[in-house]
Amino acid sequence: MSTAETVPADGSSAALALRIEGLQKSFGANRVLDGIDLSVASHEVICLIGASGSGKSTLLRCVNLLEPINAGRIMLWGQDITRPGIDQNAVRRHVGIVFQSFNLFPHMTVLRNITLAPVKALGLARRQAEDEARALLDRFGLLDKQADYPDRLSGGQQQRVAIVRALAMHPRLMLLDEVTSALDPELVAEVLDVIRELASGGMTMLIATHEMGFARDIANRVCFLAEGRIVEDSPPAELFSNPKDERTQRFLRRIIDAGRL
Amino acid sequence: MADTEPPIFTSAGVPQTSFGQAGRGPRLFSGGGRGAVAVSTASTIVVLAALAALFWLAPGSAAVRHTFFNPQDMWNSFIGDPKAGYYSVGAALWLNIRMFLAAEVLILALALAVAVVRQSTSPVMFPLRVVSTIYVDVFRGVPLILVIFAIGFGVPALNLGFVSTQSAAVYGVAALVLSYSAYVSEVYRAGLNSVHQSQVAAGRSLGLSHWTSLRYVILPQAVRNIIPPLLNDFISLQKDTALVGILGAIEANKAAEIYSDTVFNYSSYVVAAILFLLLTIPLARFTDHLIARDRRRRLAGAPA
Repeated sequence: MSTAETVPADGSSAALALRIEGLQKSFGANRVLDGIDLSVASHEVICLIGASGSGKSTLLRCVNLLEPINAGRIMLWGQDITRPGIDQNAVRRHVGIVFQSFNLFPHMTVLRNITLAPVKALGLARRQAEDEARALLDRFGLLDKQADYPDRLSGGQQQRVAIVRALAMHPRLMLLDEVTSALDPELVAEVLDVIRELASGGMTMLIATHEMGFARDIANRVCFLAEGRIVEDSPPAELFSNPKDERTQRFLRRIIDAGRL
Repeated sequence: MADTEPPIFTSAGVPQTSFGQAGRGPRLFSGGGRGAVAVSTASTIVVLAALAALFWLAPGSAAVRHTFFNPQDMWNSFIGDPKAGYYSVGAALWLNIRMFLAAEVLILALALAVAVVRQSTSPVMFPLRVVSTIYVDVFRGVPLILVIFAIGFGVPALNLGFVSTQSAAVYGVAALVLSYSAYVSEVYRAGLNSVHQSQVAAGRSLGLSHWTSLRYVILPQAVRNIIPPLLNDFISLQKDTALVGILGAIEANKAAEIYSDTVFNYSSYVVAAILFLLLTIPLARFTDHLIARDRRRRLAGAPA
């Protein structure tokens, strides 16, 4: 996959893909994100870890503009995507997101799930969109599922289709929101393999995950979130073996006690 | 573990209910075996025989049978005789069918528009939202027969040229559309709400516009969920086309009324009732078929 290397003309500063400054997000009185600062370079893979409710999913949803933010700003390749008047749909076409619960369209075949947005949002000819979709399905071993409805697929297959659906839009940034959390343990590997392949192809990714081993393998940097802030942001080797913040240490100890690392 | 499982839940030990085998779902006529079939058949026969006996042995039975179920009158009213001063109930039913079909298409469109407007959140839509809400409140609250009167006699009285010179059936359809769209828009709204928010997020996250997402992602799922209640309303609509007779349109019920006024026999109404049944029952079976086909297709996988 080589779509991530197309850096925009104004991609001034060494292709900084994503820059988040002072991001705040509240649901009513509940402040879920409390001043997030984060920079992601092109081709970088960042894993977000932290307890449930620490704000990982909300952060990803804000970057995809699925949630309006309360303060701060989000820059994508130098463009402020949180300023008023921005074409949200245009932004979303460049930012793929994959959800924990797959969210495939149950009334469409696998192929239609994948081609809907390229045809209706990008204006691609149906035939071309289908050819591209089949190529992607083939690459991830799903070609024989193209005519099936999502209900017929296993969780792992559904999640891989969801990833293909996002890839069909040629996103330059992929957001993965705990994509293996809803899967049976034996199905996790097939999905993680797909993500590994994307990473090796140079896809810029922001990944919220509970799979610590996976995060250690794949991430350039791991961010630990607690109470709506990034309390630690370091390379995986450092964060997992020598966590600085006391909250990170406690979190990792619980993970280790649970036998998950 | 598996081999030490108690046999209670294995197929050999499952106590069969009268609803048939596990996995086949409840079925009206399937029993739990020969014995159950015999019992249900016998009890059905006993109940029907008792009702028939009650009808035949009632003191006024002969009069009722003559007045409501006279085969000769039923046949006469069915085929009609203009020279004798009455219309064919069977032919008049064609007007009910046409009114129903026209109203149905218009209701589906108008109700959808009202539902989408009421579901919108944009401030630009606020005035339309208010109008839609008032519309639904008013037309769900006013009896259909009054709406038919108001339109059927009010609009011609306005002397608005083309608009005021339509046939009674046209005003009837307009009244049916106004009244039923208010109900059906609420059915649509329930359907739209039944589609999970995550589907909305999935559509929007792919860069689909609000309308594209509504059209291809949300609505198809919403409509699948509301086919049974939608059909329920349409069965009701088929019957309510009979109310348009009060404007003088010769539909089945009006034709039956003219027959009974002419011949002093009510068998024509029974003919109309049977004809309405013949319309509604196939519609109900057709919906069952649609629902079953949709479920089969989604679970079995099908060519694109």
